[in-house]
Amino acid sequence: MTSLIGQPRTRIDGRAKVTGHAAYPSDEPVRNPAWAFLLTSAIAKGRIRAFDLDEARSLPGVLDILTHQNVGDQTKPPKQQAGGDTTTTMESDRVWHDGQIIGVVLADTYETARDAAFRVKVHYDRQAPAATFDQPGVEAHYREPGEHEDYEVGDVDAALAATEVKVDQWYETPTQHHNPIELFTTTAEWNEGELTIWEPSQFVYGLRNNVAGQIGIDPAKVHVISKFVGGAFGSKGGATARTAWIAIAARRLGRAVKLVATRDQGFTIATYRAETRHHLQLGATPDGKLTALRHEGWEVTSRPSNYNVSGTETTARMYACPNILTKVNVVHADRNTPGFMRAPPDTPYMFALESAMDELAVAMRIDPVELRRINDTASDPTDGVPYSSRHLMECFDQAAERFGWASRSPEPRQMREGDWLIGWGCASAAYPSNIASTAARVTLRSDGHAMVEIAGHDIGTGAYTVAAITAADRLGVDIDKSAVKMGDTDLPPASLAAGSSHTATITHAIAKACNGILAKVAQAAVVSSEGPFAGKEAASLRLSEGKLIAPDGTAEPLEQAVNRVSKGALEVYAEHIPQGLSPESMEKLYQGQPPMLRGQSREGVRAYAFGAQFVEVRIHRLTCEIRVPRMVGAFASGTIVNPLTAHSQYMGGMIWGLGAALEEKTEIDLAHARYVNDNIAEYHVPVNADVSRVDVIMVPETDQQVNPLGIKGIGEIGIVGMNAAIANAVWHATGRRIRKLPIRIEDLL
Amino acid sequence: MREFVLERAGDTVEALRRAAARTPEDGNMQYLAGGTNLLDLMKLDVMRPNRLVDIAPLAVEHGRVRKLEDGLWLGAAVKMSQAADDPDVQSDYPVIAQSLTQAASAQLRNMATLGGNVLQRTRCNYFRDTSWGACNKREPGTGCAAMDGCNRRLAVLGVSDQCIANYPGDFAQALIALGAEVNVFGTDGRDRTFAFETLHRLPGDTPHIETTLEPGDLITGFKIPAGPWTRRSRYVKVRDRTSYDFALASAAVALALDGDRVVSARIALGGLASVPWRAHAAEDALEGRVLSEANAQGAAAAALEGAVAHGDNAFKVELGGRTLVRALVETRDMEIMP
Repeated sequence: MTSLIGQPRTRIDGRAKVTGHAAYPSDEPVRNPAWAFLLTSAIAKGRIRAFDLDEARSLPGVLDILTHQNVGDQTKPPKQQAGGDTTTTMESDRVWHDGQIIGVVLADTYETARDAAFRVKVHYDRQAPAATFDQPGVEAHYREPGEHEDYEVGDVDAALAATEVKVDQWYETPTQHHNPIELFTTTAEWNEGELTIWEPSQFVYGLRNNVAGQIGIDPAKVHVISKFVGGAFGSKGGATARTAWIAIAARRLGRAVKLVATRDQGFTIATYRAETRHHLQLGATPDGKLTALRHEGWEVTSRPSNYNVSGTETTARMYACPNILTKVNVVHADRNTPGFMRAPPDTPYMFALESAMDELAVAMRIDPVELRRINDTASDPTDGVPYSSRHLMECFDQAAERFGWASRSPEPRQMREGDWLIGWGCASAAYPSNIASTAARVTLRSDGHAMVEIAGHDIGTGAYTVAAITAADRLGVDIDKSAVKMGDTDLPPASLAAGSSHTATITHAIAKACNGILAKVAQAAVVSSEGPFAGKEAASLRLSEGKLIAPDGTAEPLEQAVNRVSKGALEVYAEHIPQGLSPESMEKLYQGQPPMLRGQSREGVRAYAFGAQFVEVRIHRLTCEIRVPRMVGAFASGTIVNPLTAHSQYMGGMIWGLGAALEEKTEIDLAHARYVNDNIAEYHVPVNADVSRVDVIMVPETDQQVNPLGIKGIGEIGIVGMNAAIANAVWHATGRRIRKLPIRIEDLL
Repeated sequence: MREFVLERAGDTVEALRRAAARTPEDGNMQYLAGGTNLLDLMKLDVMRPNRLVDIAPLAVEHGRVRKLEDGLWLGAAVKMSQAADDPDVQSDYPVIAQSLTQAASAQLRNMATLGGNVLQRTRCNYFRDTSWGACNKREPGTGCAAMDGCNRRLAVLGVSDQCIANYPGDFAQALIALGAEVNVFGTDGRDRTFAFETLHRLPGDTPHIETTLEPGDLITGFKIPAGPWTRRSRYVKVRDRTSYDFALASAAVALALDGDRVVSARIALGGLASVPWRAHAAEDALEGRVLSEANAQGAAAAALEGAVAHGDNAFKVELGGRTLVRALVETRDMEIMP
């Protein structure tokens, strides 16, 4: 029987989702909830002198208003997953950034809470804020290594001085917000000292432990439920301040409380992708071999946080190069703390590198694909450690073939159709292959049904289906009879659904639990004097098509095999700790700390997925709208568990990348350090009309080294090359090199 | 959203009667048609009516598209999608159909009425977010945060030192280019017809007063006069994304040509101005001349003369001109079925 791994399957939760039966956290029908509406600061820096709450309090139905004055001492900010400290909210009168939570209005209805919130007057002592790069008052400093590394190989200065062909340029990427369609919601209810939180989350154990720590109760008394997540993209990975305040509100009222924050509040009460700036220098020999790579980055963060993404960890190891120097700086401004957003390091940093590579190709009159081929490498140029597998050029060749790249003229402004200038561009994509320690419990019933229980997270990716496929494959049952429970701290812990790690992470734990079931069934079968397997080797038996089967074809129905061990059903709990992580990592996971093994920092091997992305742009000769009629991406990401949802992930990533390159930008009022286009009418993401043809090629790749199942992860790599591929295509269409994203009409007039 | 009283009017007479029946505390009655703009602004606490008169039933009286001997009648209660899908509108007044199909989203077009559409309020974020203290349009006398703020999308034509908010709609440009008239009933029960071009007011020193309507006035429809230019008409909308986006710049153009020579040009600009903007100077520059791209550029320069930029929106002066050039050339090149 062929493996179910790699067979396309529709989502097992698809019907529930399209019929409205999937209960997202804010759908939870708690009894008689009070409604919360957040009060947020209208200034970016200063102190709250006074609140004028009388008018709000006088509205019928208003129950309570929380501010720092009445609850400030009841919690502390959530621990951040990276970057150290973060800004406070209602712990004090201090305002760190625009839109900071400064109060919570509670009322019998949502409408009353909102009405009351608008009637609150806040008196501030204002200070002049610093918004972003180049504004007076920001503080820039070198980011010490620790969470991220810097690299120094050879002598970049000498190499650059000695080389004739150079690229020396600056690049910039803008502030971007995740804007998942599902807003930031929290529902909290207390029951005899135990707290239940329904909240969309990429890490329920992390949220549980964070909230417990914030409000000072035993994590065992906190229960987090997040069965469906309506988009997250990193924004729901860490705990935000709102959750503990809603828990405190529910405790004060003795009543469940629901919060559905507004779209504009989502820009300031959670995280975002901060703006970045890059100085990139490349040197090359006359035949195109890189001799020097220097990449220095600057990233905006909040005042107390050192959060940074340091995508130099990817750009330093993309190509063979004997002299490499990277450095990253953080720039503190009066802003909310940034955080993970889809392909956090690679999206901005690879824009710089892959634009520079294109500029180098133009300068040297080498085809951009060939330049990548000349500089391809089988090992990490920073330390010589080999890649577990790297099929970058196979991706380029297959995508180039599909795209028709061979007919491209190297000169710009050569193609035109009517009033539309046409340009073609390409870029490399890469993303580290991460995996984490995780536990799972699997039950196999004698009637052929299986149940997977794991506190994993389906953030729209298809994780439920991947879990079902894995169990069905291992246990020899139908996928339709393979039920999956996720997103609940009552289940065995799964790590953070982030870093493109979740499929690798959960499938290994599920597979291990399934193997445990098989081992028990097989062992019992071979030692039993009854049944056909007496004396056979336990390790040779398999569960397949509802039977226990030996290599010689001997078989018995599942019912007998299971019942021999345990009447009716057999349950196994397993913990998978990837090679390279310590046994303590499982204990940490139970405590809410994600034990991630990162592909770029493993002992003895570099684990990355690679890809190549090609786009065609069309630009109107007069009005300069930039349209993308087609894009092709080829990716080699190891084992693909479900090609159907994998295709969606890659395609979604490419469409995201189109938006990142051409549309997405949070506009900041510089004088006030406030976000202005904080709604999705003016913060643009692509609409269907922006997306024409999207070709996804999955380059087959077997990788025995990356992890036992050979899974590399696919959730983010689809974005990575798009920024540069589009910028490179814009150059090809117009002859204009745009080094600052997003590329918009005014850049081309 | 503040509490309000919702009343329903069964017909025009009742709507006007309800509008006229003011209580002492009733300073702020609004008609509710499609609600796609009003309800948003109420949720944002920008508009605070204490009484809404639902005029949905008036679709019986004012919900029709009618071809007249001397033009076209569009009832104010006609949905945007209804007018856009009308075969007569599509064939004889393509600029109207195009301005509607390129606006908003299918869902909004199915809800929003033409009468409400022309009264759509600005998308200036400083107006729509009450946490910004300075907005002369929302709170007269408080200033304008947009002048030195994020104003990429805001107006460069018809602005004042009090306000640079732009008129965001599309359909109004088609109306103004075609010289439409608007029919309005007052609370005294009388109706009057006047040039649509005079419906909107320049911001001047009173940006909070956006139209020439009196309280309780009810728009019942639009009369678009026939003319040799209506079939050769086009709406070009330039925006950051292909759909569901407001215009950075747009041009509504209708031409009567004699060969390549312009007999009559009717031009309105959108996205660029504080109000739906008739570009008379550009029309004058073209009449009697050959519609070459060079002459179109001359007309565009005339249209944008006097534009005032405020930083981020400086590109809109250039873009507005190019948009008009493109619209003129594309309209010239339209194939008109006899």
